[in-house]
Amino acid sequence: MPIILDHINYIYSEKTVYEKAALKDVSLVINDGEFIGIIGHTGSGKSTLVQHLNGLIKASSGHIYFNGEDIYDDDYDMKKLRSKVGLVFQYPEHQLFEATVYEDVSFGPKNLGLKGVDLELRVYNALKAVGIGEDLIDASPFELSGGQKRRVAIAGVLAMEPEYLILDEPCAGLDPKGREEILELISKLHREKKITIILISHSMEDVADYVERLLVMDDGMVLKDDTPQNVFADYKELEKIGLGAPEVTYAVQQLKEKGFNIDGTPININQAKEMILKGIFND
Amino acid sequence: MGIIKTGKLMFDYIRRDEEDKVIAVNRALDDINLDIKEGDFVAILGHNGSGKSTLAKHLNAILTPTEGTVWVDGHKTNDEKSVWDIRKTTGMVFQNPDNQIIGNVVEEDVAFGPENLGVPTNKIIKRVEESLKMVSMEKYRHHSPNKLSGGQKQRVAIAGIMAMRPKCIVLDEPTAMLDPDGRQEVISTALRLNKEENITIILITHYMDEIVNADKVIVMDKGKVVMTGTPREIFNRPGELEKYRIILPQVSRLAIELSKSLEGFSLPVLTVEELTMKVMEYKNANNTRSY
Amino acid sequence: MIRDITIGQYYPVNSVLHKLDPRIKIIATMMFVVELFVFDSFLGYVLMAAGLGAVILASHVPLRHILKGLRPVLFLLIFTILLNTIHATGDNVLVEWGFVRITVEGLINAAFLAIRLIMLIIGSSLLTFTTTPSELTDGIEKLGTPLKVFKVPVHEMAMMMSIALRFIPILVEETDKIMKAQQARGANFDTGSIVQKAKSLVPLLVPLFVSAFRRANDLAMAMEARCYRGGKGRTKMKPLRFGGKDYLTMVGLAMYLAMLIVVV
Repeated sequence: MPIILDHINYIYSEKTVYEKAALKDVSLVINDGEFIGIIGHTGSGKSTLVQHLNGLIKASSGHIYFNGEDIYDDDYDMKKLRSKVGLVFQYPEHQLFEATVYEDVSFGPKNLGLKGVDLELRVYNALKAVGIGEDLIDASPFELSGGQKRRVAIAGVLAMEPEYLILDEPCAGLDPKGREEILELISKLHREKKITIILISHSMEDVADYVERLLVMDDGMVLKDDTPQNVFADYKELEKIGLGAPEVTYAVQQLKEKGFNIDGTPININQAKEMILKGIFND
Repeated sequence: MGIIKTGKLMFDYIRRDEEDKVIAVNRALDDINLDIKEGDFVAILGHNGSGKSTLAKHLNAILTPTEGTVWVDGHKTNDEKSVWDIRKTTGMVFQNPDNQIIGNVVEEDVAFGPENLGVPTNKIIKRVEESLKMVSMEKYRHHSPNKLSGGQKQRVAIAGIMAMRPKCIVLDEPTAMLDPDGRQEVISTALRLNKEENITIILITHYMDEIVNADKVIVMDKGKVVMTGTPREIFNRPGELEKYRIILPQVSRLAIELSKSLEGFSLPVLTVEELTMKVMEYKNANNTRSY
Repeated sequence: MIRDITIGQYYPVNSVLHKLDPRIKIIATMMFVVELFVFDSFLGYVLMAAGLGAVILASHVPLRHILKGLRPVLFLLIFTILLNTIHATGDNVLVEWGFVRITVEGLINAAFLAIRLIMLIIGSSLLTFTTTPSELTDGIEKLGTPLKVFKVPVHEMAMMMSIALRFIPILVEETDKIMKAQQARGANFDTGSIVQKAKSLVPLLVPLFVSAFRRANDLAMAMEARCYRGGKGRTKMKPLRFGGKDYLTMVGLAMYLAMLIVVV
């Protein structure tokens, strides 16, 4: 079932000197099984937007419907919503607190009331999904490497078995190989477990390589909502709001300006290669 | 001898139990021999855990060698009397922008170093002004650091070092926590200080696009120096880089893909401009041949 | 939210008061507080209100901003006054109902108390409105210098204060973030018995402590890297200097105190 945002406004520190509109009239439909990317300059409202989706921030006005129910209804079960819409914050390893990896990952499902075999199964499945081996299950999460900590923290959200998984810059601070591994992991969750993914990222290359639908945010508004291909075709528009396009898009654009006969806008290496080769031989 | 030299540098992280008995020894640096010339821009590349940050901390006497020697401007870092001279000569910029700003106002933070050195008041004011100008942050002089962006905070940190009049700045993954704009600001500031003020820059990073303009690149893995060369030489060894968990920028990878289909297409390619130029050249050469 | 509290936040305008030496301002504030409790008569209050009014004018901080600072403590104020009115001694009883006893004397006392509290809060917030945190810590450090004789680590305490001021907003933000992250995993901080509530804080407090220690560690390293080695041999970019206007203020303060003693 989709998540529907209906004219959401959010005003930060309302009625004080610091009052600021963080979201302005955002309406969106997020469908089952999508892989959505969100890009935007720091402070454009990306993080505020996703925190609305599981009810952590309540909109100043507007409605959000999940499974056809208004999540702002008085008798709505927020805990259930949060188990269905998992949210992985930036630097999620900062939320680890238990003595062992196992206990930390079981925190979420325990809060949902799970016990015994069900609980154990959830924890093992989640750890397996993020590629943490059983040898680390009783280790202290504080003694793991940076990349491992992050996987454990993601497992902590996965153990609630969400249908939607939101990740706020899951690759921040990791080295390039670590980034690639986390992105592959997310992509696998989407493919194999059919989890709907919403990925906030600063890397144009990453969203171009992975997502199917791309939201561009600026100043609290959703400026664009389209396929990455179409969004990056209009990269000059993106530059105006402090964003850009993948490197290969720029390379091909420069070639076009120098008189190269190329149609279309590539957003990944394969597309760019094909277009450039055509441009060289088809003249 | 250059401004920074290490000879057979070894460093072990030693873990002890409650009774002070050694339970584990981790060799973080293994036989590092460097000689860095004054005025150079040196980049140290490596994945997380390769030992590059441990090395950085040796260049400012925050850590001292288990074996071997580190010389900074002729001083040995394990000589306690030289510690303050060494820290005055090489400043450090760390990864987390929040955790290295001490002052509640930008100018107060920049003044922190010279104050510690006992610089007279009127000279501190002059140094603060100059340093903030060097990093283009003079407009923010009276601002609170909390309201600045990550890139601006890192530039304030750099100004704080410049106010100590160092010969060398070590930047330990200064861009790891920044957005693309912030990364750009910090790297171009470091480059400018290198060119205009002749400050020796040692940049520690895992992003290859940040090392394009370096004079020399050092690649580390498992506490050892595994590759050294100019950026061009390093970019031209993609297979090895892959082994050390380092990934080339997208445009360089595109060039490698192209070279598989285009005979004689010359590698490496470091920037978008270089790729465009080489493709144009290739096309022109190719077309003249076929006509 | 904690972030919205304006009480005591530095108000950046240019006024005589802003330019005064922090030491004189700290002493004046302390004097004012003592005076409030010593001279508790109608005439005393009038004179002190006049004095405070003059200082507010000189500070260039808008009255609206000052009054807004009272808002967070309003509840406390009303509560104290209420407690003093409904349970008062005195002969001129106005209302008596159960334990409630309202008298004319009680009302007057409550009014005095309210005035005293309001002046106390305004007086002390004027100090922080016109003095930056770093000036304040500098002032406290300098005033505390004589205590060094008794081995009180004055410089270290001032440094700690200044670092605390720098990191409070960062830690507040961090608390907010960790709380949300745990709520996203189904944690509940609001309901349940006291024991449950205390237990529910563990997932918040452990990460917060871990992070505070990491930050402290990083900061210590950054300070050392910038040649920090305690207060010895340090110079200041803005050393405190007693100037003409500071001496003038001192004379004015002494005269004001003398007048209060004579008149009241």
